[in-house]
Amino acid sequence: MSGVEIIFIIVAIVTLLAALFVVTTPNLVHAALWLILALFGVAATFVLLNATFLAVVQVVVYIGAIAVLMIFAIMLTRRVMEDSGPQINSNWILAALLGLVLFVGLTFVLINSGAANASLSDLVVDPVEQLGKELVSPNAYVIPFELASVLLLAAMIGSIVIAWKK
Amino acid sequence: MGDPINLISQWFNNLLLGWGLAEGLVKVISLAIGAAIVATLGLVTVIALIWVERKIAGRLQDRPGPNRAGPFGLFQPFADMIKIFTKEITTPDGADKVAFNIAPILAMASVLMIWAVVPFAGTVVGANINVGVLYIVAVGSFGIVAVLMAGWSSNNKFALLGAFRAVAQMVSYEVPMVIALLVPVLLARSMGMNDIVAAQTPWFIIIAPLAALIFLITSMAEVGRAPFDLLEAESEIVAGFHTEYSGMGFGMFYVSEFLHVWTVGALIATFFFGGWSGPGAENFPILGILYFYMKTFIGYFLVTWIRLSLPRIRIDQMLAFNWKFLTPLSLVVLIVTAVVDKALEMAGVERWAYALIMLAANLLIGWIVVLILKAVEPNRKRQRVEFEHRPVAVAPKSTDS
Amino acid sequence: MLDNWLYIGLFIIVALFIPAVAVSLPRLIGPRKPNAIKQEIYECGMETVGDAWVQFKVQYYIFALIFLIFDIETVFLFPWAVAFDKLPLFAVMEGVLFILILLAGLMYAWRKGALDWA
Repeated sequence: MSGVEIIFIIVAIVTLLAALFVVTTPNLVHAALWLILALFGVAATFVLLNATFLAVVQVVVYIGAIAVLMIFAIMLTRRVMEDSGPQINSNWILAALLGLVLFVGLTFVLINSGAANASLSDLVVDPVEQLGKELVSPNAYVIPFELASVLLLAAMIGSIVIAWKK
Repeated sequence: MGDPINLISQWFNNLLLGWGLAEGLVKVISLAIGAAIVATLGLVTVIALIWVERKIAGRLQDRPGPNRAGPFGLFQPFADMIKIFTKEITTPDGADKVAFNIAPILAMASVLMIWAVVPFAGTVVGANINVGVLYIVAVGSFGIVAVLMAGWSSNNKFALLGAFRAVAQMVSYEVPMVIALLVPVLLARSMGMNDIVAAQTPWFIIIAPLAALIFLITSMAEVGRAPFDLLEAESEIVAGFHTEYSGMGFGMFYVSEFLHVWTVGALIATFFFGGWSGPGAENFPILGILYFYMKTFIGYFLVTWIRLSLPRIRIDQMLAFNWKFLTPLSLVVLIVTAVVDKALEMAGVERWAYALIMLAANLLIGWIVVLILKAVEPNRKRQRVEFEHRPVAVAPKSTDS
Repeated sequence: MLDNWLYIGLFIIVALFIPAVAVSLPRLIGPRKPNAIKQEIYECGMETVGDAWVQFKVQYYIFALIFLIFDIETVFLFPWAVAFDKLPLFAVMEGVLFILILLAGLMYAWRKGALDWA
């Protein structure tokens, strides 16, 4: 085994364990903190795949913004130091089924696309620059790029309409 | 001769290889030692900074500052250190023990980790990654998590309230900070720290002074120093999120704040004052390190000076200043920089003309902003903060701030 | 490329290790005499009243939401800024349009009064 493989296995185990604790711990804030560790593990996996831009974006957006927002929401609405109710509600079978379908589907796609056998070679072009060019190129992703900003605008308006009642 | 640091590391690598260690292992060991040296250097700097800051504070307030322990009070930080290391660490009743003890470690680590990508000189740079700027932003988010953990796990009203204020301030000021950082990235066409340093002919403080100013202000808010220290306003919420911490637990938050200010100085130097560049720095990295530290100290002194000169602002002022002034301004600066830069590139002007026009564009924005503020300010209704009368001894039903 | 990230990985371990040692050291050399009064939660010298949790303003949440939107926006803009050299003028304008749409969002929040603290 190479060094990268050993690191990958450690990262994967930590990530999965953290994800497991997210759903098993009764304390909501603890669950959010475990979620942060799991998200960090995903960022580390991105680094091992040489997708460094995605790795930092993962940390900036998911840990820096979304996880913080979650903890904020928990703290705003719950009596903080108390453990909350049962972890399982009546929909757990449906959720487990959906999770299984998603897992099988992703595995299937991954194996069929041949990505599982791809080797990690050093990239010739700067992927960030490539991404920047593609995002605003009319032959590539300019429509999704502008739509993303419209979507973000809609999200902002929506959140203000729902959360902000004068 | 010109580059003793890389020479030493090469000699060390060869030494280890000579002992018959595997190549991969040698790399890991030498990188780990490099990381340990850089991190320790950061902490040693803090010891010096505590003395420097108290001396500056003393002089600015017309008093001598520490002058008893050793010559010029130089041993004062060591006395402080011995004291804080021998103090008892208490954990309050009902606290979440694990989160309570991890929070100060995480707070310190989040600041230290920035130093992994800071270039000290052309050849002396820890990790020259192509996403350096975003890495710094990413690492900062662990600081936010640490504050939330500290505030929540303390089981204390003031700590929780302080954490809320701190996080509201940190996330709010992160927006104009990141947008201001986009300007040097755009000018250098790279997120790599060393590329940004190399692209600075002339320094970005001339090409993008407004972005530098916004970065300075927002960084001060991120650190949480006066005038942005309402998250630990003694007269309102005791000490904010670290109310319940004692001894070294508090010490870690304190040290991380000092190191953060120093780091802000380093980042301003790197992004806007040409980093390690200076006469002779290309050939002699030692000179580059010297320039880098001098520039860093300027940024550090600026932050300290502002801290000691301005009073604390209120939370509504803090948020309004960010969302109604800094964020729109930073977006306008970014748009103008992008458009003017492209137009000048297409016109194919000389570098000096480019710098001058950029400077003029920035000054124009600044002038228009001043005009707008002058037009708006007299008409603005003064906000009155009014409280309902309530008896002193009875606990309030709700605290809203 | 991965070498640099190995350094960062090691740096993270070192950066966690040093403060962990600093926090653990006083537990070895410092005094350790907990008692009920010392462990009490601080509340200006009075006995603690009620829970640590109080009703907070929803405003905190609104600002966090607006921050989230802008955070994602800036992440999109970083590759645009890095590739700036290779972009034609209209591509630059697309980036500007992207920013303007979000500026409109900020203006909306401003007009709705969501940015006021009172």
